[in-house]
Amino acid sequence: MTMYHLIVFLPLLAAIIAGLFGRKIGDAASMAVTCVAVIISAVLSWVAFYLVISKGMVVTVKVLDWIDSGSFSVDWALKIDQLTAVMLVVVNTVSAVVHVYSVGYMSHDEHRPRFFAYLSLFTFAMLMLITADNFVQLYMGWEGVGLASYLLIGFWFKKPSANAASIKAFVVNRVGDFGFALGIMALFFATGSVTFDAVFAAAPDLAGKTFHFLWKDWDILTVATFLLFLGAMGKSAQLGLHTWLPDAMEGPTPVSALIHAATMVTAGVFMVARCSPLFEYAPDTLAFVTVIGASTAFFAATVGLAQNDIKRVIAYSTCSQLGYMFFALGVSAYPAAIFHLFTHAFFKALLFLGAGSVIHAVDGEQDMRRMGGLWKHIKITYAMMWIGSLALAGFPIFAGYYSKDMILEVAYAAGGVGQYAYIMGMAAAILTAFYSWRLLFMTFHGKPRADHHVMEHVHESPMVMLIPLFVLAFGAVFAGIVFYDGFVGHHWKEFWGSSILILENHKAMDEAHNVPFLVKVGPIIVGVIGIFIAWIAYIRDTALPGRVAAQHHMLYQFLLNKWYFDELYDRIFVRPTFWLGQLFWKGGDGKIIDGLGPDGLAATVVRLAKRASILQSGYVYHYAFAMLIGVAVLVTYFFSAMGH
Amino acid sequence: MTIGLGHYLTVAAILFTLGILGIFLNRKNVIVILMSIELMLLAVNINLVAFSTHLNDLVGQVFALFVLTVAAGEAAIGLAILVVYFRNRGTIAVEDINMMKG
Amino acid sequence: MIIQALAFYLFAAITVASGFMVIASRNPVHSVLFLILAFFNAAGLFVLMGAEFLGMLLVIVYVGAVAVLFLFVVMMLDINFVELRQGFLQYLPVGGMIGIVLLIELAMVLGGWVVAPEARSVAADPIPALDKVTNTHALGAVLYTKYIYLFQGAGLILLVAMIGAIVLTLRSRPGVKRQSISEQVNRPREDAVAIRKVEPRKGI
Repeated sequence: MTMYHLIVFLPLLAAIIAGLFGRKIGDAASMAVTCVAVIISAVLSWVAFYLVISKGMVVTVKVLDWIDSGSFSVDWALKIDQLTAVMLVVVNTVSAVVHVYSVGYMSHDEHRPRFFAYLSLFTFAMLMLITADNFVQLYMGWEGVGLASYLLIGFWFKKPSANAASIKAFVVNRVGDFGFALGIMALFFATGSVTFDAVFAAAPDLAGKTFHFLWKDWDILTVATFLLFLGAMGKSAQLGLHTWLPDAMEGPTPVSALIHAATMVTAGVFMVARCSPLFEYAPDTLAFVTVIGASTAFFAATVGLAQNDIKRVIAYSTCSQLGYMFFALGVSAYPAAIFHLFTHAFFKALLFLGAGSVIHAVDGEQDMRRMGGLWKHIKITYAMMWIGSLALAGFPIFAGYYSKDMILEVAYAAGGVGQYAYIMGMAAAILTAFYSWRLLFMTFHGKPRADHHVMEHVHESPMVMLIPLFVLAFGAVFAGIVFYDGFVGHHWKEFWGSSILILENHKAMDEAHNVPFLVKVGPIIVGVIGIFIAWIAYIRDTALPGRVAAQHHMLYQFLLNKWYFDELYDRIFVRPTFWLGQLFWKGGDGKIIDGLGPDGLAATVVRLAKRASILQSGYVYHYAFAMLIGVAVLVTYFFSAMGH
Repeated sequence: MTIGLGHYLTVAAILFTLGILGIFLNRKNVIVILMSIELMLLAVNINLVAFSTHLNDLVGQVFALFVLTVAAGEAAIGLAILVVYFRNRGTIAVEDINMMKG
Repeated sequence: MIIQALAFYLFAAITVASGFMVIASRNPVHSVLFLILAFFNAAGLFVLMGAEFLGMLLVIVYVGAVAVLFLFVVMMLDINFVELRQGFLQYLPVGGMIGIVLLIELAMVLGGWVVAPEARSVAADPIPALDKVTNTHALGAVLYTKYIYLFQGAGLILLVAMIGAIVLTLRSRPGVKRQSISEQVNRPREDAVAIRKVEPRKGI
């Protein structure tokens, strides 16, 4: 049993204990078991991080033989390299923090064992995903986190909106997962294996090869990576498959912090980075990734401007930041994307948990229009939110500055679609600053808009909820400075070793440091502008937003309704599917299968039996007559037969 | 003209047909059915004896003897059943015997 | 020869006619009487053929027992004449056609069929010449030797028929005095005999 086994399986053990025996051992014991397990995992992951990064101890730890069928053989193994180590730290740290926070946040809930079991189960699935040695194991973790997300979004299952949201999350994810599965199959078809090492080794030979499907030849790596990216689009809520993320806010706030900010939604980014040896040979897919990422970044930021629910603003912010990560991946700057993933985990989780603290303080209210004037009462939360927002906006010193700037630099340096990404990124940056400070000002400043009763009870959160915030704030402040050099700075090549492949002709990472000065300070400038506009709109002249919204009514509605994506999808997909389902159910299953099959047969039998029963008249002489007719027929037949 | 085998057989055939017609052409009462059965058996007997004479074989007559025995027994039982049935139902009209109607 | 032919046609015609009247008659008593007539004429046909034992048997058993039984039952059952007779014509077309079809087929069989020449020689029990033994004698010689088992079987059938008829129609009527032999035999002494001391000149 090595350390790596412990890291991965402790959360599973805790989940099983809390899940199956939660009622027996009680709430406190369930929470203790899960929190302790995840904290141990977190500490061990930092140890592993140290070992792998500074000592270069890259290992593959085999757990057990899984599938052995003819030429298809899959083992369950833990691949620990630099990329894995980074992700381990992110996942386990945020998970541990969220576990502890939930002890306080969910203190009034009756189903705590179930909640903590699901949280630990999710952690295990995510760990399985990131330590996967082959595509099948990755897919298993992929599906596992999807399941955990479904369970956790719909945790308050008595709320119909929560149930609908969890189903929506699962179904939209499924669309992406379907593409992902097809991608895995395409890779197996091309290389004959699903193990990462084998597939990546075969990739250079496959570059440029085509295969024939339907009517034309397709480049095999482009098709495979495109399908893999579809999975990433679903899991990471990129433009097109993003509709589930805002609705996922129906779940408790710790869930949003863990799953929909730091870990599950970053699985797509991780997967693309892990498959960098494949994506590098598929430039078309990379371009597609860039465009999608950039468009998502811009789109989500615009929608975040108009939202009134505090969690939804942060959710769209997550969506937008994921877009940043993806367009960084698209220009072959995988380290930059993972670096942003790393820092984003800290400050986004901080923002979510801080929002949770605010919600806790105002007794469950989530609409910012009914908040305001809170900063005096919940000073610590207020400070934490400031730290998170500064990190998000990319203020110097704070973590986000380093990672976000890096991404914009690589986008600029890449040229081509990178230019589009750069423009979108800059536009999103100004919007990000604006909506983040809109959130701060609306929530904490101005006259209190909540009612008298709520304002009297505004109280700071208990220590068990604040300590996690401190831990995350520490990360949000220092993670950038401390790790910049290793992740994306001068030593990035030694840091990442062979876990990420970047081809020689994809120079964005190298060129990033040579971009013009204006590009380097651009994000700071636009950030400040954004803050300034927010200050004017929400502190100086609080009627301004109302006037602007009234003047540009259609644009406002467009943004408020998320560019009408949900309505569009409802029209195009949901209603026709329901209609089709109805058709198959009533017409196909009901009329044809049941009608010709069981029901139809039964009815026909009854009908025929009714007709046949007329023969049973009860009169013996009728029967005798029938017999006689039979005899006559038989004799006639034999006559004619023998006559020939 | 010589009365040959065929003549007797013809008579038997006609009697047999009459017996069959009697079974289902009658709507009157059950006794006619029983009598039609007797007619049929009589026709069979004539047949057997005719052949016996023609082929110079006594077996035919022995067989006819046994047929006669069975016919008598069957007539007795049939009438006993009829009597009991009449006791229970009060009628022997053929149309009323439809309790087996399905 | 001509007497023979004449007798045959006479007997045959009356037989067929009576058979028809059996089924066509309105009155069931008439039907039975016509049945008796048919039996008599059939007996005559048998005698013509040389099977006089069977012919007499027909008269004694069939007419004397079976037909009389029919008559008894007909008389015993209270049959309403009026409501009968309807519906006769309903099945006549179809029934008549079936009957005619059968008749035609029987005729075809008879017409196209020939007895094999060696059939005569394979007779199981050749009829001895009539001047040597009577028909009855010949039948007896064969019946009690070769076909004894069948004969006894026929007897058993008759026994069963008799028991069956009694069982079917037996009914116990209330108020009829009858003995229960087993009860009588099994009566214990206490129920039968009672010892009383009798005082002289007093009585019981």
